[in-house]
Amino acid sequence: MANGILILAEHLKGEVADITFEMLGAGRTLADALKVPLHVAVIGQGAGAVAPKLGLADAVFVVETPGSELPPASTVAVLLKGLVEQKQEGLVLIGWTNLAMGVGSVLSARADLPLVNFCRGIRVEGGGLVVTSQLFGGKILSDVALADGRGIVSVSAGAFPADAGRSDKAATVETVALPVEAPAVAFKRFIEPEAGDVDITRQDILVAVGRGIQTQDNVGMAEELATALGGAVCGSRPVVDQGWLTLSRQVGKSGMTVKPRLYLALGISGAPEHVEGMQGAQTIVAVNTDANAPIFDVAKYGICQDVLELLPVLTEKIKARKG
Amino acid sequence: MNLFVLLKTVPDTVEELTVAADNKSLDAEWLRFKLSDADEHALEQALLLKEKHGGKVTVVAMDAPELDESLFMAFAKGADRVVKLAGELAAVQSLSAARLFAGFLEGEGQPLPNDALVLVRSQAIDDLEGEIGPYLADLLGLPYVGVVTGIVPEGGGVTVTKEFAGGLRGEFSCPMPAVLGIQSAEKPPRYVPIAKVRAAMKSSTLETVDVSTDAPARFPIDRLYKPESAGRAEMIDGSPEEVADRLVDLLANQSLI
Amino acid sequence: MNQDPIVVSVLGMPGLAVLWVLTLVAFGVFGWRVSQLVGLIRRGRPENRFDQPVRRVLHFARNVLLQPRIFNEPAIGLPHFLIFWGFVLYVVCFNWGLVRALFPALPIPYPDELGVVALFLDVFAVVVLVSLLIAAVRRAFFAPPHLHLSADANIILLLIGILMLSSLCGGAFKLVAAGTGASAWVPFGSLLAPLFAGLGVERAHALARAMWWVHTVGVLCFLVYLPYSKHLHLLASPFNVLFGNLRPAGDLTLAGASEESAAGAAKWEEFTWKQLLGGLSCAECGRCDRACPATTSGFPLEPQQVIQKLKKHMIATGFGAPAKDAPALIGGVMTEPELWACTTCMSCMERCAVLNEQIPTIVQMRRHLVSEGAVEKTLQDMLANLNRYGNSFGKSDRMRAKWTQPLATKVKDARKEPTEYLWYVGDYASYDPRLEDITRKTAEILQQAGVDFGLLYEGERNAGNDVRRIGEEGLFEMLRDKNVAVLEKAQFQTIVTTDPHTYNTLKNEYAWNGRGVKVLHYTELLDQLLSQGRLPLKKRLSGKVTYHDPCYLGRYNGVYDPPRRVLSGLGLELVEMPRNRNRSYCCGAGGGRIWMEDVPGIKERPAESRIREVAGLPEVATLVVSCPKDIAMFRDAVKTTDNEGTIVVKDLAELVWEAMQG
Repeated sequence: MANGILILAEHLKGEVADITFEMLGAGRTLADALKVPLHVAVIGQGAGAVAPKLGLADAVFVVETPGSELPPASTVAVLLKGLVEQKQEGLVLIGWTNLAMGVGSVLSARADLPLVNFCRGIRVEGGGLVVTSQLFGGKILSDVALADGRGIVSVSAGAFPADAGRSDKAATVETVALPVEAPAVAFKRFIEPEAGDVDITRQDILVAVGRGIQTQDNVGMAEELATALGGAVCGSRPVVDQGWLTLSRQVGKSGMTVKPRLYLALGISGAPEHVEGMQGAQTIVAVNTDANAPIFDVAKYGICQDVLELLPVLTEKIKARKG
Repeated sequence: MNLFVLLKTVPDTVEELTVAADNKSLDAEWLRFKLSDADEHALEQALLLKEKHGGKVTVVAMDAPELDESLFMAFAKGADRVVKLAGELAAVQSLSAARLFAGFLEGEGQPLPNDALVLVRSQAIDDLEGEIGPYLADLLGLPYVGVVTGIVPEGGGVTVTKEFAGGLRGEFSCPMPAVLGIQSAEKPPRYVPIAKVRAAMKSSTLETVDVSTDAPARFPIDRLYKPESAGRAEMIDGSPEEVADRLVDLLANQSLI
Repeated sequence: MNQDPIVVSVLGMPGLAVLWVLTLVAFGVFGWRVSQLVGLIRRGRPENRFDQPVRRVLHFARNVLLQPRIFNEPAIGLPHFLIFWGFVLYVVCFNWGLVRALFPALPIPYPDELGVVALFLDVFAVVVLVSLLIAAVRRAFFAPPHLHLSADANIILLLIGILMLSSLCGGAFKLVAAGTGASAWVPFGSLLAPLFAGLGVERAHALARAMWWVHTVGVLCFLVYLPYSKHLHLLASPFNVLFGNLRPAGDLTLAGASEESAAGAAKWEEFTWKQLLGGLSCAECGRCDRACPATTSGFPLEPQQVIQKLKKHMIATGFGAPAKDAPALIGGVMTEPELWACTTCMSCMERCAVLNEQIPTIVQMRRHLVSEGAVEKTLQDMLANLNRYGNSFGKSDRMRAKWTQPLATKVKDARKEPTEYLWYVGDYASYDPRLEDITRKTAEILQQAGVDFGLLYEGERNAGNDVRRIGEEGLFEMLRDKNVAVLEKAQFQTIVTTDPHTYNTLKNEYAWNGRGVKVLHYTELLDQLLSQGRLPLKKRLSGKVTYHDPCYLGRYNGVYDPPRRVLSGLGLELVEMPRNRNRSYCCGAGGGRIWMEDVPGIKERPAESRIREVAGLPEVATLVVSCPKDIAMFRDAVKTTDNEGTIVVKDLAELVWEAMQG
């Protein structure tokens, strides 16, 4: 299999997202094992500026899209297809993120390559690759074989370590000119999140609440605990959707990614969209009445109990211990 | 506005999911299905658009066990027309589903009218082959935006709000007809009393269209299995008092308190 | 000498003519207004309250003539009773006297010309005056909260006072005029007569006639005023009682109701005529508000206001076309938080002296809110869970009997084998992890007592009591139909329930397709087992405990004594709380409230108030309950009122189990 591995870099407003480095690290391992080149595609406005950070790859292809600040998925997919054909790539890695949503599917349809979503792991097996994905909110795993190692893999955030993809190596950057069709969908503007009173990404201790907290009042109990611990309250999407916490407190795929020293997950089931945002925490303690909740797979300590029973007791003891 | 809502059920994770003996599919004995959250939101968004801007809502759903009640619920909520695509559909994955939906929509009229919007769920827990929306848009030759949380008709098309990460959102202008992947509707899905659903069962007609596909899935699944048990976390047992004590000790040991 | 009062000139016109005119006008206005109001009520929806006539008459006799509920508030109890009977006497005599006066040719005496009648009139005049005084003083200086202190009420007291005074003085003047100065038939008049001894006979006669006119015109004024005042209750409430609810209070089925009733009421015409009659029957006494846990806690609900506002809205908008900007009933006159605040505990209906039906009125409006989907999110989610999974927890129906797994002996599956008792466990006792232990202990008690019982396992579904009270009538019917279908296939003699809510609906609202099914609460079963000597108690418990009567077991279904007998059978000493038995104070979970968000501005949650009541009992450290929701609510309240370590909440089953351990 001489075809190379191509990674679609994820970048926004001049920042390279961690998922790019995660894919780089994984891609490097695979490329070395298969003895094929590893390439990165940086597409969109400002692509040239972020390319130099991606030195771990053998080559970085920059495709500018003048006139389209944030090209839609179909435009990106067509450009990727152009690269795949031009550079004879066999495996394409794309992040499973809001930004890249749809790129893999359109590319899969146009380039006639199978797309495997929700990837948590890739290994070399036989003459090809086996992609491990998480389905149904992480409750079931699947192994899919890419017999000739050709396909598109949509990689879940946090599946691979980001550090393995960072490198000081100078990147070999190549600007590739490809025709950019005028997209029907046009980007208009960003809507910045309202600055919350608290930046949860800077907190050392986070008390996170999920559906298991049951009512808005109980969020107050969590706030008491957070105060006692010297931290802040955050939550999963359902809690924010209910209006019990503001958007600035949301942790997960559409929310913040946090890496506190302590993450107390209360009444959170551990769906991938949420785990994605907090799996980097140093110590994760999870409380949930469901012993099978996926959160217990990422947590260091687990408590299979009712949050509402434990919370007040815990708060009292913390206060007592702190004096 | 001509609104189409395409629905497909997912396994209900309230039940414990187990793998069948063939290790390639889910054990069907206790398997139940329900519409994913995003499907419910897509329907709600369509109804909201109809209420604000007038028009018609057509619901097209891929048949599954226990689906009928949800479809009559859609009628009770205000859908004008509900169509069920029936056939051997248990193994249908995203691309195949997109083809079946595209087939139906193409039968409705080519091209779709200028005030048509096709709303689908942005993503769901069984999207192993990727999301349905982008495939569908590509098949129909229509523009697509995913992770949509807001839709406002403007100047012959729509302005949509899409979510990124970290609470950041973006506004895009999109012409009509288009396919939109709905993450959440502008309001949570409405409640409709059972009495209205039962009334809908008596007064509304569910259209059934037979469909079939030779290729329900793009690729076979080698193996389906449960993740290694939650032994990853060290479980702390006991009464709330005991648990709290132990936890406080642990945190103190790590200099967290 | 013709002392007939009508033989006078009033403003130059013959008295008889004047009397006729006044009478016709007064009765005319009264009749017209009353017929207007009756016309409004008749525009309400149908409801069959005309069955069982004999029972109705007896019900009327008890609650109107003897009016035991009036005596619940001792200060005003006897006074009102006496005012009532005084009024009955005076109405009869007034009409008698009026007929005589209008038709002088009739060969009948005036009422006070008969000694016995004069005696009653005289004594009751004073009795009523004293009662009025007590009522006035109470109103002025000791008014209980929520007693509507209105000008209307004061006018009434004054008017009745004038009527009694005029009657009393009239009697005194008559004695002076007769020259006797005293008579055994007119004792109080005789006491007054000496004050007027100085008057000449002619003057005395004139004054006596004047008093007659004052009294008569006074009553005619009263007649005209009555249908515009709260005193209409004296006309409406006897009918309110006569057409009262003879079915169990825990049955919200509207008999003979139209199908549309299930969609609830958004306009006043969408209530039943009986519900509208309630508004006119309300005497604005405030007993319901004083008993209501929502009102006491600071929720925006006052049952009296629900009844009054509906009445006022009906009258304000019922005649002619309503004004364009007239407020809507729901949203304008009544607010949604107000309607959702009710726990359906029935304290209001238990205390109401005119037997009004506040809860069906509120539920009728909730039905409308549900049909509009105007239900808060947490409640929506719960109802959706109930519909899909058959339980309010949103857990798989397969997990319903998971609590049985640790049991040493497996419990029979009542779907497959015949049993004597079918145990309907209920959602909370089955699914709430905090309550599993108690449910298991209950199972062990029954097993060790050798009771033949079984469960429906996954076949059991929420019985629907609270669903109905929330107003989701369609979902209630669906649950009921499914449950009846499952139960019809099972073979059993009696159903036993853990939860009083389940008990109430299975017992009162499931028609069982005509076949009678016996339903017991587990405390009733324990009581029976104890009295039959079938509970193998190994030790006697000791100490003082108090017991909370659950709303749906006590007030709704009259089961007060069985749990008490069990407690004393265990050896425990029961210390009653001030609010016990039918005055038990709701824990706040009913009416769907356990699934609703707390409302801001609550002074003290009902459960917290109850725990404080327990704390007020010296030497009592244990609160005994017999409802799973009570355990959940009171254990929380113990924490939030900082009573951990002082008060412990235990289920009766836990105590029985304890006594069965060696």
